[in-house]
Amino acid sequence: MSVLIFLIPLALILGLIGLAAFLWSLKTEQYEDLDGAANRILIDENPSNKVKKVD
Amino acid sequence: MENNTQGFEAYVRQNDDNECALKLKISGVHCAACIQKIETTLDDFKNINQRRLNFTTGALSITWNGPKEDANNYVSAISNLGYGVHPYKEGDKSSDEQNRFLLMCMGVSGFAAGNIMLLSFGLWITDQNTMGNATREFLHFISALIAIPAVLFAGRPFFRSAWVALKNKRTNMDVPISLALLLATGMSVHELVRDSEHVYFDSALMLCFFLLIGRYLDFRARANARSAATDLMSTLSGFATVVSDQTTRKIPIADIKPNMIVTVAMGEKIPVDGLIETGATEIDTSLVTGETMPCIAHEGDNVFAGTLNISAPITIKVTKTTGDSLLADIVRLIEQAEQGQAAYTRLADRAAKLYTPLVHSLAITAFLLWFFVFGISWQDALMISVTVLIITCPCALGLAVPVAQVLSTGQLLRQKIMVKSGDALERLAKIDTVFFDKTGTLTNGHPELIGEYSDSDLKLAASMATHSQHPLSQSIVKSYDGDLLKINDLKEIPGRGLKGTLNDKVVLLGNQKLLSDYDVYLDFQGDSMSFFLYQEGQKSIFFRFEDFLRHDTATILSYLKSKNLRLILLSGDRNSVVKKIVKKLPFDRAYGDLDPTHKYKILESAKENRQHVLMVGDGLNDAPVLAGADVSMAPGTAIDMAQNTADIVFMGNDLSPVKTAYNMAVKTQKIIKQNFAITIAYNMIAIPLAFMGEVTPMIAAIAMSGSSIFVILNSFRLKLKP
Repeated sequence: MSVLIFLIPLALILGLIGLAAFLWSLKTEQYEDLDGAANRILIDENPSNKVKKVD
Repeated sequence: MENNTQGFEAYVRQNDDNECALKLKISGVHCAACIQKIETTLDDFKNINQRRLNFTTGALSITWNGPKEDANNYVSAISNLGYGVHPYKEGDKSSDEQNRFLLMCMGVSGFAAGNIMLLSFGLWITDQNTMGNATREFLHFISALIAIPAVLFAGRPFFRSAWVALKNKRTNMDVPISLALLLATGMSVHELVRDSEHVYFDSALMLCFFLLIGRYLDFRARANARSAATDLMSTLSGFATVVSDQTTRKIPIADIKPNMIVTVAMGEKIPVDGLIETGATEIDTSLVTGETMPCIAHEGDNVFAGTLNISAPITIKVTKTTGDSLLADIVRLIEQAEQGQAAYTRLADRAAKLYTPLVHSLAITAFLLWFFVFGISWQDALMISVTVLIITCPCALGLAVPVAQVLSTGQLLRQKIMVKSGDALERLAKIDTVFFDKTGTLTNGHPELIGEYSDSDLKLAASMATHSQHPLSQSIVKSYDGDLLKINDLKEIPGRGLKGTLNDKVVLLGNQKLLSDYDVYLDFQGDSMSFFLYQEGQKSIFFRFEDFLRHDTATILSYLKSKNLRLILLSGDRNSVVKKIVKKLPFDRAYGDLDPTHKYKILESAKENRQHVLMVGDGLNDAPVLAGADVSMAPGTAIDMAQNTADIVFMGNDLSPVKTAYNMAVKTQKIIKQNFAITIAYNMIAIPLAFMGEVTPMIAAIAMSGSSIFVILNSFRLKLKP
């Protein structure tokens, strides 16, 4: 059972990473404009920003 | 869309690095292409550092390095794309923070609940013999480590609200929730120290997580309603052109003082109440009075803010500031009406009022009974008491309403019906009377040309009409597409029509007065819904117009009638017009010639008779009634203010959304009642068991989650049939 001493903290750390990611996304205002994000995916990138062709 | 594009520098904020920032409210943004168009247009300005359009709120933030006056260039660039641009009025900041706070609590409790379940599962499926004492204690300890901070952190929305309620000597749903959370956690700590078999950290956290989901959904629905009110303030702030010392400048309407001279160009909205100083024009007052046809105004006449100047430029001497203009009066009437609204208690709150004292007394009775009468230890008695609290926890009750409402409003949104406040459907299900506005609600709101005309006549009429803002002219232009003739010396005569020359011959387009001014003999008697076209030396042509009913108006009205709803027409249009239209429709009563205050008075007397009123309207004159009615709907073609005050806005050319929304509301209410029934049935079974001490807190937590899931599944039936 001593394996639990490693596994449980490991599980918790993974969970905490997820939580940290969530809090980060919240802080960076990624939940402010959910409909906008859904629409922006349809916008083509500016042609000038596209990767230049390599000969 | 006419727009002011000057004077925006007054709204620019400058930060320490000399960077300018401006926040604008853009109206008319509907899709991805709109976002792209606006943002790429701004990208052409080299000195802009950042631009981002928030699609949800319509707020556009721009930051740039350079003079403040650049703001006007950006505004006119966006305005030229055809979008409405207004200065952004900062709304309720705390609403954003509250949103973030709830999301954060939800995230934390979700994380904690997930992890603790991982451990609890192990604890549930094995016993001490398999697991060993040390392992069990280790798992209990880790659970406590996760649960205690998580409950204290994520439970704050409940603790705060419960504390405020208790401080004001009231009680609400959050009091038993907070008690259950704290007691379950506290008990578990006690059990942990006592080294006993069960801890209930998982129950506390799952409870917290489920309730936060309900709370967040509910908050979202209400925040939408609030942002609508902010929009209203944004549209009211605009600019006016003020003349002083022979020069003109644009200043924000809010800064206008009495006795200033304001010029209003053709086609512009009149920004303030005042007297006409110079010029004569026709004014479209449909927003204020609901009358379809414009009226004539001369020097010395009163004009009102919010009306549209149609035919000639005028200058106005300001008599009142915006603070006490007619428009502001209407806004005040709206606010007054909205305060009356606040008295409405939502179903969930009413349920909570009954529920909470019951739960408290049950839990206390359980404790006292077991401790004193049956003489068990106080720990065990407290355990039973906590179980009663957890099992009766209004988790399902908290989800019963918001889940059903969020699902049905989503369903309606897909049919282009926007429900702006969560409880609007609840109120809509209870109506017994429907008030309708006429122009723009039952009718299409703009006159259409009827009858047959020759191409050459139409061509000539359209060539002249294209230079006028008059609604009849506009409808002539709309019904003709092709090349236009060049008319010379074209002049608009307010209250008459248009005069010009073609091939050195006089041509006239206008009403009867115009033609009699030029001594033209007429065979017909013209009325307000007709125009004459006259060419020198030819017979005059008679154009007739009609403001048609929406194609399904009659069907929808008879449907509503069949649902035993009282139908009443409130129109600002003349009595004769109203009478004509009522003949064809199943109205119980019809009123004509009403001004905004009268409309509101009719609503008030209906309310005194305890009628529940749905108002459907689109004009500024309807806005107070829209705000004051139990629930209100406005078409997407309505003026901004009507859309902002209405609870529900629908798109398209039909009236059928009224039927759709009503049916959906009734259905939603049925589901909500079923949800309550499920919750009550579950409590009827679970409470006696818990009271008898037959249920451990763990089973209580599972049963509670079970009832919540049942409620959610039941609500999803709203999605089954469209």
